[in-house]
Amino acid sequence: MTLHPILAALRKHKAGVVLIAMQIALTLAIVCNAVFIIGQRIERVNRPTGLDESNLFLVTQQWVGAPGEDVPGGVDKLDAMQLEDLAALRQLPDVVSVAPINSMPLLDSSWNGAIATKPGDTQFRGKSVTRTTYYFSDEQVLPTLGVRLVAGRAFNAGDVVHQGFRDQRDPDIAILTKALADKLFPDGAVGKAVYLNGGNKPVTVIGVVERMQVPYAGGGDEVAWNSTLIPARLNANFARYAVRTKPGRLDDVMRAVMPALYKVNPMRVLDDDSVRSFGEIRDKAYRADLGMAILMGVVCLILLCVTAAGIVGLTSFWVGQRHRQIGVRRALGARKIDILHYFQIENLLIAGTGVVIGVLLAVGLNQWLMSHYEMTRIPVLYVLTGVLAMLAIGQAAVFVPARRASNVPPVVATRAV
Amino acid sequence: MFGYYLDLALRSLRRNKALTVLMVLAIALGIGASMTTLTVLHVLSGDPLPGRSDTLYYPQIDPRDDSGQMPGEEPPEQVTLIDGLNLLHAKRADRQALMTGGYVPVQSDSAVVDPFYVEARFTTADFFPMFGAPFRYGRGWNAFDDETRARDVVINGELNGRLFGGADSVGRTLRIADTRFRIVGVLDDWAPNPHFYDLNTGSFGRTEQVFVPLQTAMGLKLERHGSNDCWGKGAGGVGRIYPGESCVWLQFWVQLDSAAKVAAYEQFLVHYSQEQKALGRFVRPPNVRLRNVMQWLAHEKVVPDDVRLQTGLAFGFLLVCLVNTIGLMLAKFMRRAADLGVRRALGASKRSLFAQLLVESGVVGIVGGVGGLLLAGLGLWAVRQRPSSYAALAHLDGSMLLVTFALALGSTLVAGMLPAWRACQVPPALQLKSN
Repeated sequence: MTLHPILAALRKHKAGVVLIAMQIALTLAIVCNAVFIIGQRIERVNRPTGLDESNLFLVTQQWVGAPGEDVPGGVDKLDAMQLEDLAALRQLPDVVSVAPINSMPLLDSSWNGAIATKPGDTQFRGKSVTRTTYYFSDEQVLPTLGVRLVAGRAFNAGDVVHQGFRDQRDPDIAILTKALADKLFPDGAVGKAVYLNGGNKPVTVIGVVERMQVPYAGGGDEVAWNSTLIPARLNANFARYAVRTKPGRLDDVMRAVMPALYKVNPMRVLDDDSVRSFGEIRDKAYRADLGMAILMGVVCLILLCVTAAGIVGLTSFWVGQRHRQIGVRRALGARKIDILHYFQIENLLIAGTGVVIGVLLAVGLNQWLMSHYEMTRIPVLYVLTGVLAMLAIGQAAVFVPARRASNVPPVVATRAV
Repeated sequence: MFGYYLDLALRSLRRNKALTVLMVLAIALGIGASMTTLTVLHVLSGDPLPGRSDTLYYPQIDPRDDSGQMPGEEPPEQVTLIDGLNLLHAKRADRQALMTGGYVPVQSDSAVVDPFYVEARFTTADFFPMFGAPFRYGRGWNAFDDETRARDVVINGELNGRLFGGADSVGRTLRIADTRFRIVGVLDDWAPNPHFYDLNTGSFGRTEQVFVPLQTAMGLKLERHGSNDCWGKGAGGVGRIYPGESCVWLQFWVQLDSAAKVAAYEQFLVHYSQEQKALGRFVRPPNVRLRNVMQWLAHEKVVPDDVRLQTGLAFGFLLVCLVNTIGLMLAKFMRRAADLGVRRALGASKRSLFAQLLVESGVVGIVGGVGGLLLAGLGLWAVRQRPSSYAALAHLDGSMLLVTFALALGSTLVAGMLPAWRACQVPPALQLKSN
């Protein structure tokens, strides 16, 4: 079949053709970018934290009427209260281990600073300084969180000190994540010295853990794994405890925590938000991302439906309009399949023009989004998939009216309108 | 004629039911989605204090040392305690207030309620008149109370309801962290959104329940809550409850009633920086900013990027829906070219054909618009069920309702005008001849 008659017929419907091609182009541009955004969000949500996330929960609690950190002996008193709590939690049935910790991955509460290979360096230039999050905990932190040690050694009980929450003294030793260690010391970090926050005191790296995400869920990959573990209990009028339970015992232990802590000391604030499983923390951290992904997904789906319905509607009109001409063609010897092909090729031409414009629009929109929002270049695969999907939707949408057209009997040609 | 055209339009729309439903639904979905997202955007980028915000300014100065200095760098987003108190005592603006957030345990004097923690604001006397905070009972404290560290407190209506059953509690006692405070005022419902005066404690849906004089709070070492940013090695040190001298952790706001005063205040900030540099406290050359509320909110980008993206997406969606409707409408009208040709041949003017077709597309647009409004209501209801901090604020107000109607009407006209205009270009004779 030659294209000539199809093109000649399309020229008669200029406005309609332009509109449907434009609709396909816009749909392609929007859907490609939206799906790309959805993909990025899902990728972010699926990033592993480096923790063994099951059977893990966090207790956040606050004492009422606790001594201040600045009164004499206040820090020691606060530490004694914290140790009492830890002992009570460690004695609960089905508890594997408990560690005091100032924050958790995805918790959105963090203590951040600069870590350098040279003293007094805080300038974020070159490879010798980078940003890091500090986690303060004790010797049970690795088994409790389920973080894997890949080099050096873990903290032991003798390493752990305690200090006021606002006390900014530098520690003697630290454990880094592999991402951070590789950035600072490409040829092995264990035994080397780092300097924190522009300080001059060397802090010895004693171990490297495989992976541990920072508390801020939205960070890009370049900062998301920069964590430093410090062997210290922080003392303030509040404390957080990470608790690992035996498999399947999470809910029971979570229920037992409040009464156990109240028994130790009733002068504290514990509410529904105080005991949260890591699953809840993860859900909360990524709720906005998931919501956005779902919303965009729904809009894309409706958009594709509207466009498909538009193609069906428009082609149906054209079929109705050309009823008689189709009859004439059939009477002159065209087979059903020829009529079907005619409409299918016509749609392919329109949709083809649409997707070419659509690809340009999609790339343009992506450029604009990149200049205004945190966005990367859209991979060719997304655009290519979008193009194929659009063409397939066009063909699927045109099939029903085209088949109706192919069913027009030749006898129509002989009837007056 | 209009009644007749309406009748014709309804007949024509009934003839292709599926198509009519598709067109109406497309417009309704497009408008519903755009209005939902636009309303959220409108709420989030709204003016927290209409009528007042253009006289409220947020001075920024740069007390940092010279490490990590970059050309054209913004000054810190908050002030140090020393600078805050200096600027406060200079009284160069019509009104000024220094503040920071807090988190304190409170208990009523009857002590029947266990202590609980509430958000607090430690601030100075001008806070209330400057921000126009309305009082239900009593009033704020004055500058003298600030300096004498009076144990005065202003509470909000919510806390008053919780502790005192909503009665006039002025003169009664509130225990904050085991210290007795005298209640001097009770605020009416007041929660500026965004929470412009301190964006560190959350931008939306936040409000403090107690307001304590700043120096009283600091004297009692009440726990503060907010962000601090330090340089050098000044982050506090052993036994310090508040950030040290080389930390910014307070917000300072001024009221400047005229453009001349704004210019003069900016000059004053430059002079202040020079003076502090001469004294050796500041190291960098003067680097000041003076933004009003809306400029400050824009600078801080309080509207989440996701909300902007959603709005863009929704308008793209509306555009596709409109193109879709135009295409379908056009095909439909062109199909009726023969009827129209007959009408033309019988003497109808182009104008009356145009009117007839416009009525038909108008019906689709209006029904779609009404549907869109309903969908927007549903969409906003769905937004309110979501757990984001601004969820509760998502309501359609008068102005957004107007915008919705304008959008619906505009979309209809665009979607109806082009096909109608195109269809009435039909030459009468040609159509008659072909049959």
